[in-house]
Amino acid sequence: MSISVQHISKSFDKVTALKDISFKVKEGELFGLIGPDGAGKTTLFRVLTTLLFADEGTATVADFDVVEDYKSIRNSVGYMPGKFSLYQDLTVEENLTFFATIFGTTIEENYDLIKEIYVQIEPFKDRRAGDLSGGMKQKLALSCALIHKPKVLFLDEPTTGVDPVSRKEFWEMLKRLQKKGITILVSTPYMDEAALCDRIALIQDGEILEIDTPNDIIKTFPKKLYNISANNMYQLIKNLNAYKHQYSVYPFGEFVHYTDQRNDFKKEELINYLKENNLKNITITETAPTIEDVFMELAK
Amino acid sequence: MKKENVIEATNLTKTFGEFTAVNKITFEVKKGEIFGFLGANGAGKTTAMKMLIGISIPSEGQATVAGYDVSTRPEDIKKSIGYMSQKFALYDDLTVKENITFFGGIYGLKRSQIRIKSEELINNLGLQEVSNDLVGSLPLGWKQKISFSVALLHDPKIIFLDEPTGGVDPITRRQFWEMIYETAHKGTTVFVTTHYMDEAEYCDRVSIMVNGKIEALDTPKKLKEQFKVDSMNDVFLKLARE
Repeated sequence: MSISVQHISKSFDKVTALKDISFKVKEGELFGLIGPDGAGKTTLFRVLTTLLFADEGTATVADFDVVEDYKSIRNSVGYMPGKFSLYQDLTVEENLTFFATIFGTTIEENYDLIKEIYVQIEPFKDRRAGDLSGGMKQKLALSCALIHKPKVLFLDEPTTGVDPVSRKEFWEMLKRLQKKGITILVSTPYMDEAALCDRIALIQDGEILEIDTPNDIIKTFPKKLYNISANNMYQLIKNLNAYKHQYSVYPFGEFVHYTDQRNDFKKEELINYLKENNLKNITITETAPTIEDVFMELAK
Repeated sequence: MKKENVIEATNLTKTFGEFTAVNKITFEVKKGEIFGFLGANGAGKTTAMKMLIGISIPSEGQATVAGYDVSTRPEDIKKSIGYMSQKFALYDDLTVKENITFFGGIYGLKRSQIRIKSEELINNLGLQEVSNDLVGSLPLGWKQKISFSVALLHDPKIIFLDEPTGGVDPITRRQFWEMIYETAHKGTTVFVTTHYMDEAEYCDRVSIMVNGKIEALDTPKKLKEQFKVDSMNDVFLKLARE
């Protein structure tokens, strides 16, 4: 196992950040930790990268214990924190050289690993890190996290605040790194990124709600799900919430995602009810649940 | 009946030296509409929004917001709009009530109005138990709902939301969108700037800025049809690649 977490708990003052967390990540796996702000993702990363002691439980990374063998772990992992943590006053190249030297290596020695990412920022290698755009900072941070050829890569919300084009490029980079045998633990608040991972853990309020492959997690959704639309979104949501047979009503882009309490949902009956409430252009069609639907059902 | 426009921009342009940040954008937003203003980092959406909220004077072109010209009546615009950003919202070291009183004062409400509005807001959001707690001690989702309500204290014609729901859990996020729908239903225009494409899916119409220009403007449904894709994310990727 590349990462093994057993019954980890951590509290700060009155706040419980992690409650009895257990999971395993296999070697070469791209594992996603999916959850909103405040779910405990960063605390867990800090425990696993030996920057914070857990109150209870044990964990190993690359077969090293996070407490006993913390020095070995630091040499074996790359960590890209959520907040940009490189030296803003050093240039791109100076930052990279700095991190290579700290780990007793050189840029040349492991250039192959970072090449694809680094060539995109190499034209700006004399620019100070603080003057880079968000997308370029992210690429530099990833290069620095990789320069000592880590076995395990920890990426804490690498795509937060990044536009869709850069996000897509970033995930393509992760897939290529994975092919080189690096185990990756990545956290994200974006549910749509879950589908890009081999396996995911859904996490909220310090607790894991579910762990599995994205497809198998979607299969656990217990109900038939319907897309409903009408001429007035506000009225539609209000009326659906007041409908006596409703089980869940969530706005979802241009539709409302609706589930019914009954197993034999009667579409015509609901259409008539909505018509009675003066709604027009009503459409109801069955749709496939997403990770986000499952997350809401589990968190309900 | 044709609905009135609350924002009208014609060839609105902003240049910084040689650099054109916003390049002749033309669009209008109707009363009660939820309008998404999208673009990648650096596409010019923040610069454009600064002109619309009266804190940056256009280099060329014109715009009216809530009936006032952005170049000549910026102070009147500021009184007619609300603004909420994910980055700056409320003072963590003030209580819920103190925040409401403070922002009410900033927006020029009388003490008696503030008292009524404050009570209304606290009751609507079910905050009776925490109204004297420091805002910093509340969960992110609550803060967002309070800051949204605070931005509406002075009954603005338009509320500007800057990436309003990033990072919050999916259920709270939907409660937040229900508040936005309700606000729009009551006639307040909601102007959302974001680069989170799933926020774009909730808007009545969206515009997408690329390199200072508006390259697409329509309902999410029609844009998806036009680009033959399933999500706004894919619309965005197609536009940005061309």
